[in-house]
Amino acid sequence: MTQPFSFPRSRRYRLALLALALLLVLSLLLGAGLGAYPIPPLAIPGILLKGEGVEYQVLTALRFPRVLGAALVGALLALAGAVLQGLFRNPLVDPGLIGVSSGAALGAAIFIVLWPWAGVLEVYALPLFAFLGGLLATHLLWRLARTPLGVQVSVLLLSGIALNALVGAGIGLLTFLASEQELRSLTFWTLGGFSALTWRLLLAGLPLALLALFLLFPLARPLNALALGEREAFHLGVDLEALKRRAVAGAALAVGVAVALAGGVGFLGLVAPHLFRLLAGPDHRYLLPGSALLGAGLAVGADLLARTLAAPAEIPVGVVTALLGGPFFLYLVLRYKREVYRA
Amino acid sequence: MLEARNLGYRVGERWLVKGVDLAVRGGEFLAVLGPNGSGKTTLLRLLSGELRPSLGEVWLQEKPLAAYTSERLARVRAVLSQNREMGFPYTAYEVAFLGRLPHLWGRRESLEDHAKVEAALGRAQAAGFKERLFPSLSGGEAMRVEVARLLAQEARLFLLDEPTNHLDPRYALELLCLFRALAYEGSAVVAVLHDLNLAGLFADRVLLLKDGRPVAYGAPQAVLHPALLEEVYEVPFHALGQPGAFRFLLPVPKEVVHGG
Repeated sequence: MTQPFSFPRSRRYRLALLALALLLVLSLLLGAGLGAYPIPPLAIPGILLKGEGVEYQVLTALRFPRVLGAALVGALLALAGAVLQGLFRNPLVDPGLIGVSSGAALGAAIFIVLWPWAGVLEVYALPLFAFLGGLLATHLLWRLARTPLGVQVSVLLLSGIALNALVGAGIGLLTFLASEQELRSLTFWTLGGFSALTWRLLLAGLPLALLALFLLFPLARPLNALALGEREAFHLGVDLEALKRRAVAGAALAVGVAVALAGGVGFLGLVAPHLFRLLAGPDHRYLLPGSALLGAGLAVGADLLARTLAAPAEIPVGVVTALLGGPFFLYLVLRYKREVYRA
Repeated sequence: MLEARNLGYRVGERWLVKGVDLAVRGGEFLAVLGPNGSGKTTLLRLLSGELRPSLGEVWLQEKPLAAYTSERLARVRAVLSQNREMGFPYTAYEVAFLGRLPHLWGRRESLEDHAKVEAALGRAQAAGFKERLFPSLSGGEAMRVEVARLLAQEARLFLLDEPTNHLDPRYALELLCLFRALAYEGSAVVAVLHDLNLAGLFADRVLLLKDGRPVAYGAPQAVLHPALLEEVYEVPFHALGQPGAFRFLLPVPKEVVHGG
């Protein structure tokens, strides 16, 4: 015994967080550097210090809002995914799969069609409406999926399918009714993209994003207790109703901002918490920041692939995340099948 | 420590628990017995504050249960439920550490908290597998970790819902010995049990329920009588052993079934 207490797990948590923070910085530099006008990533700090020239213009006007926006969207989706997985006590939950993202997209689409004259206010109101849509969807899911035996995953996922179908129809209808200028295309809301990100959009979404972080990060300990079960969490002093309200509102806010900024980028909320649990462990005090860092890095990486693989054309970023996330989800389903049915 | 007066709980027109009076002081071990569906678990949920009684009130340390926030309640009473379900790969140590949660509101965990968890794991004989993943533990090991979680909670009242279910005789005895020792140290223990003999061995007092109503409440020697038990369980009982000392109770079938 070299020290009184040895917790290999806790050291692993900290190392994982550190590694993910470095990875995020690396991906941000790469994302800012690579593109139609390549800039050596290592030269970026120097260019920023100089504060002028074409490269400076490209970086500040085009690349930075895009990579920082992608990082923000990825972090918010991953954080919402981690919290929802904890709340529903199930690792197969993803804001996209269970229909929270669709709810947010519908909220945003309804706003754009109903108030086409919103003008300047649009960038501020859009995340709010996306939040309301997401909130409604999350609340509905909680009501639907909860049984006397806790949250049933089959009911949850089936409700998600129904919600996604309904919202898909709603958005399709709105796209059909609206003129091209009013509504970004159906692909944007279902597959997402970071190409429309500007400083103005980003700054408008930032206060709500910070509010979401403020709501969600303190939930780490109660979520750990909830892993034991709803009654057990109460026995440990957790106010379940308060936890639920805060988690649902915070997750809906995070997803709402993400959807308003980048449409429905899928699977980040599923993949990031899972990878972190594999890397380090399930303790929500580390899982929440870890998922956010990992989600940010993944989103920047996916965006980089989306705009460089078929350059000068651009693949919708949701296609890239679905290509990575779909097989991952299948792997999880197979593992779940093996665990539950021993098949 | 814990007192209930004329406690009742109703779902629709049906009373799951009715007219229960009980009082448990520090140092006492109360066993709640009764056939399946007699309201034992419901009673425990009323005592834990999980359910609000339809009638009567529960008092904990001279204060009504309703006056406690869930967090303050968790610093006084700890509950061992029957649920061992865990969707995420926490280690045994992390699960035991959750017992510190009610003491950690608004502050960071300290080395002292970890020391208490280590001590709890040691006392529950779970220190040997603290780094293993909780979902991979055997039933007996998982129970020890849960007990360590309860110990780390530093409560004064322990509510146990059929703690010896699915445990082999050795684990069952060790677990009840541990809680008996905690009672001797001044805690109060209320345990729902199925095994009449374990109740007789470990409890200071026994509450016998049938259809949600108390049938008998008192010392084990007084309550655990074959005639009374036959009335409650609807099966004859034999008492084995010397009169005066504790007598083991054995349910016997009304007709002996012969093979062949």
